[in-house]
Amino acid sequence: MSQPVRIDLEGFGKAYGGVPVLRDVSFTLHGGRVHGLLGENGAGKSTLLKAVCGAVAPDTGRILLDGRPIPVGSPRDALRHGFALISQELALVPAMTVLDNVYLGRWRHRFGWRSRRGDAAAFDRLVERTGFDIDPSALVGELPLAARQQVEILRALASGASVIGMDEPTALLTKTETDRLLAVVRDLAAAGAAVVLISHFLEEVLSICDDVTVLRDGRHVMTGPASEQTPGSLVRHMVGRPLDLLYPEPVPVPATAPVLLRARDLRRGDAVRGVSLDVRAGEIVGVAGLVGSGRSETLRALFGADPRDGGTVEVEGEEVPPGSPSRAMRAGLAMVPESRKDQGLLLGRSVRENVALAGLGGRQLAGFVRSRAEGEAAGAMLRDLDVRGSDLGGPVWTLSGGNQQKVLFGKWLMDRPRVLLVDEPTRGVDVAAKSQIHRLLVDLAADGMGVLVVSSEVEEVLGLSHRVLVMRHGRMVAEFARGEATRERVLALAFADDAPPDDGPAPGGPPAPHPQDTTIPDTPTPDTVTPDTAAPGIATSAEERP
Amino acid sequence: MTTTADTGPETGPDTESVPQTAGQAGGRAAARRFTRLHDFGIVLSVAAIVVALSLTTGTFLTTGNLVNLLDQAAVVGLLACAATVVIISGAFDLSITAVLAVSAIVAVVVTTHAGVPAGVVAAVAVGALLGAVNGLIVVTVKVHSFIATLALSIMYRGLAVILTAGAIVYPPEDRLQAFQALSWPTVLGGVTASSLLFLAVAAVCWVLLSRTTFGRRVYAVGGNEEAARLSGIRVGSVRVAVFAISGVCAALAGLVLAARGGSAQASMATGMELTAIAAAVVGGTSVLGGEGAIWRGLVGVLLITLIGNGFNLLGWDTIYQQVVQGALILGAVSFDRVLRARRS
Repeated sequence: MSQPVRIDLEGFGKAYGGVPVLRDVSFTLHGGRVHGLLGENGAGKSTLLKAVCGAVAPDTGRILLDGRPIPVGSPRDALRHGFALISQELALVPAMTVLDNVYLGRWRHRFGWRSRRGDAAAFDRLVERTGFDIDPSALVGELPLAARQQVEILRALASGASVIGMDEPTALLTKTETDRLLAVVRDLAAAGAAVVLISHFLEEVLSICDDVTVLRDGRHVMTGPASEQTPGSLVRHMVGRPLDLLYPEPVPVPATAPVLLRARDLRRGDAVRGVSLDVRAGEIVGVAGLVGSGRSETLRALFGADPRDGGTVEVEGEEVPPGSPSRAMRAGLAMVPESRKDQGLLLGRSVRENVALAGLGGRQLAGFVRSRAEGEAAGAMLRDLDVRGSDLGGPVWTLSGGNQQKVLFGKWLMDRPRVLLVDEPTRGVDVAAKSQIHRLLVDLAADGMGVLVVSSEVEEVLGLSHRVLVMRHGRMVAEFARGEATRERVLALAFADDAPPDDGPAPGGPPAPHPQDTTIPDTPTPDTVTPDTAAPGIATSAEERP
Repeated sequence: MTTTADTGPETGPDTESVPQTAGQAGGRAAARRFTRLHDFGIVLSVAAIVVALSLTTGTFLTTGNLVNLLDQAAVVGLLACAATVVIISGAFDLSITAVLAVSAIVAVVVTTHAGVPAGVVAAVAVGALLGAVNGLIVVTVKVHSFIATLALSIMYRGLAVILTAGAIVYPPEDRLQAFQALSWPTVLGGVTASSLLFLAVAAVCWVLLSRTTFGRRVYAVGGNEEAARLSGIRVGSVRVAVFAISGVCAALAGLVLAARGGSAQASMATGMELTAIAAAVVGGTSVLGGEGAIWRGLVGVLLITLIGNGFNLLGWDTIYQQVVQGALILGAVSFDRVLRARRS
C-alpha cells in the first residue's frame, strides 16, 4: 500500500445525546511524522482519534488522503485505507493467542483452511522489524498490559497501516517499557507512517512529536511544530489561560484536635503490609505513592470494602469491624471511591437517587422513601456543591465529569461522616471543578472533619494536605509535614530502589508508571527525578519509618 | 458552605467558574428531554396496535373482550412482574414456571388434605421458599443466575413429577368449586378474580420498586453492584429477597392457572418463563439490570396478549400467530432501540 504524504482532516464534529464533544475540528497530518494530540480530559481527543480511525461515526467531517476524499466512519473502510487505532481499551480477544490476535479476521488461508504457518512466518518478520520479544503462542489474556499493547501495535503493522492512532499508549507502562514503545513509534514514522499520539505526559510529547495539536472543549486550538512549544505553553493552550492552579491554604489543625481515625498494623494480602496512621479532626492527610503501592487498597481496607487480614481501625476510639462498609458507615466513615463509573454512581439513575443512596435508611418511614425530605436534602446538597445544569430527576450520565464527581461527593456528604476517605478526588474532571473540589475538601476539614486523600497527582497531595504520607509496596515509608514535602522528595521515596525490576510488572500488581506521572506539571521546566541517583540522598533526609 | 472556583484573580464565582458553555448546557437539556420522549417508544407501538384493532374490528372495544383480554393476561402478567423485578436487580430467574408448577401441585395436594385456604397459603409459602433457595444459591455459589436457575428449574420440574407421580392431580370434588374461585367473575363488571389478583400484585410491585428504600436498593444492586456494596447495601440479602418475591409471584400465577383448569400437573406453563422475560424486556427494562419499571413489564404483557386477541377477533388462522408474535416483538424492540440509539 502506498503511504500518503498528507492527510487532511476537515470539519470533524460529533455529539453524544445532543452534547457536542467535537466541533468542526480541522488539521493536517503528515506521513513520516509523529503528531501529538493534547487537551484536558473531555477535550475530545479520544473521540477525534476514534472518528478518524473509524471506531465511531462522526456527525460531520471528511478525510482527504493526498487530496482524495475517502469514506469516513466505518472500521472496515478505515482499515482498507491504512488507518489503525490502538485505543485505551485494548481491543483484543483475551482467549486467543498472540498470533491469532495479530491477524484477527485476516488470517491467511488455503482452500478455506487456516494457514497458521503463513501467519507465523509473517509474524516473525514483524517481530524482527520491531524488536518486540513476544511468544506468538501465548494467550493474550495471560499477558501483562505492556505486552498486550505490543500485540496491538503488531496488529496495526500487520494490517499495513500507514496512519496509526495511539490513545495514551504509555499511561500504564514502566519507564523502560515506555522508552521501548517510543522508539518503535519513531521507527514507524521513519518508515513513512503518520502516527497520532495522545498522551498526558507533556515532556514525552515534546520529546517525541514533530507536530502538536491542542483541543479544548471539542474545538481546535492550535497546530504547530513541537519544537516551538514548552510544557508551559502547551498547558496555556489546553487550559485557555495561564495555569495557576492555586490550592486553597488548609486551616491549621489546633494542637488539641482529637484523633478521629486510628489504624494500627493494617494488613491486606500483599497490597497492604502493616499500615498505621492517624487522622485528626480538621486534618487533611494525603497519601502519595505509585499505582500498585497499596494506596487504594489501604483506603478500601479501612472502609471495609475489602476484608482485612489483620490490624485494627478505630473511629473516635470505637473499633470498626472489618469487611463491612455498612458498619464502617455507622461508625462515621465514608469513602469516595477511585472510579465513579465502576464503584460510585448508578449512571442510568437520577441524580437524586444517586445522592440519596448511601443514606437511604435515614430518610424512610416504614420502608417508604420520604420523598419530600429526600428531595430537599438532595437539592440543598447539590446547591452547596454547585452542581449546575442539572435537575434532580435527570440521569447522572447526562452530567459532565466534574458534575458527576460532585454528585459522588454529595452522596457521601449527605450524612456528614466524621472521617472522609477520598480516592482520586479529581480524576477526569475539568480544571474549574477540580478547584471547587479542592476548596470543598479544605472547607470540610475546617469544619472539623478528618480527611484522608489518595491521589496519583503528587501536586494535589502536596497542595491539599497538612501531612503527607508516602506509600511503597504496601508500607508507609515516610511522613512529611506540610511545607517539608516536595515533589522530588516524594517521588524519590515512592520510586526508591527496593522496587521490583523495571522490566515486566511486579507479581500481583499492575506495573508502575514512570516518574512523569502527573498530568500537568507545576512548573514550565520539567523536573523529572531519576530515582536511581536521587533516591539514596533524599531518602536519608526524610523521616524513615522502621 | 460555599464552593466557588479559585482559579484566577478575575474569575467571578458565578460567571466563569464552570467552563460549561451555554451550548453545552443547552445540549444536555435537549438530551434529557429526548430521554423522556424516547422512554415511551414502546407505548407508541402498543397504542398503534390498539388503534388498529379498534378500527378494524367492531368487537375489540367491547367490555366483554376487554375483560377477557385482562383475564388472558393474568398468568403471563404475574410472571412478568416476577421477571421484571429480577431483571432490574441484575439477574435472571428461569425457574419461575417450574416454581409455578410445584406451587400449583402443592396447592392441590394440601387442599385435598386440609382445605382450600390452607392450600393457597401452602402454595405461596412454597413459592417464597423455592425463590429464596434460588437466591441463596445464586448468592453463595456465585454461579450466574441464568445457569443456576436453569439447573434449579430442572430440579423443580423433577420435584413436581415426584409429587404427582407423573399424573394430573385434582382437588376433591366437594372442594373443586372453592378451589376454582380465582377464575370466577367478580361484581366489578365481570372482571375475574385472577385479573384483580394480577392488578393487585402489579400495583404492589410497582410501589415496592418506585417508592420504597428496598426498591432503591434493587435498582442499585442491578445497576452497579460494587457501588451498591460500597454504599452500605447488603447485596446478598437484597438478591435473596428479590428471588423470594419472584417465587411468590410464580406461586400466585400457579394458583390462577390451577384454578382455571381445576387441576395441576408437572408440565404446567412450560416455556412461559421466556414469554414473561420477553414481556419485561419488550417494555424497555434493560437486560443488563438497574433500569426498568413494572409499568414497562405491563406494557410488554399487553403487547403479547393483544397479538393473540387480535388474531381471534380478526379471524386469522392461528397457525401464523407465533410468527407474527415474534415479528411484532422484534419490531417493537427495534423501534425502541432506534429511539434510544443516540444515548450511547
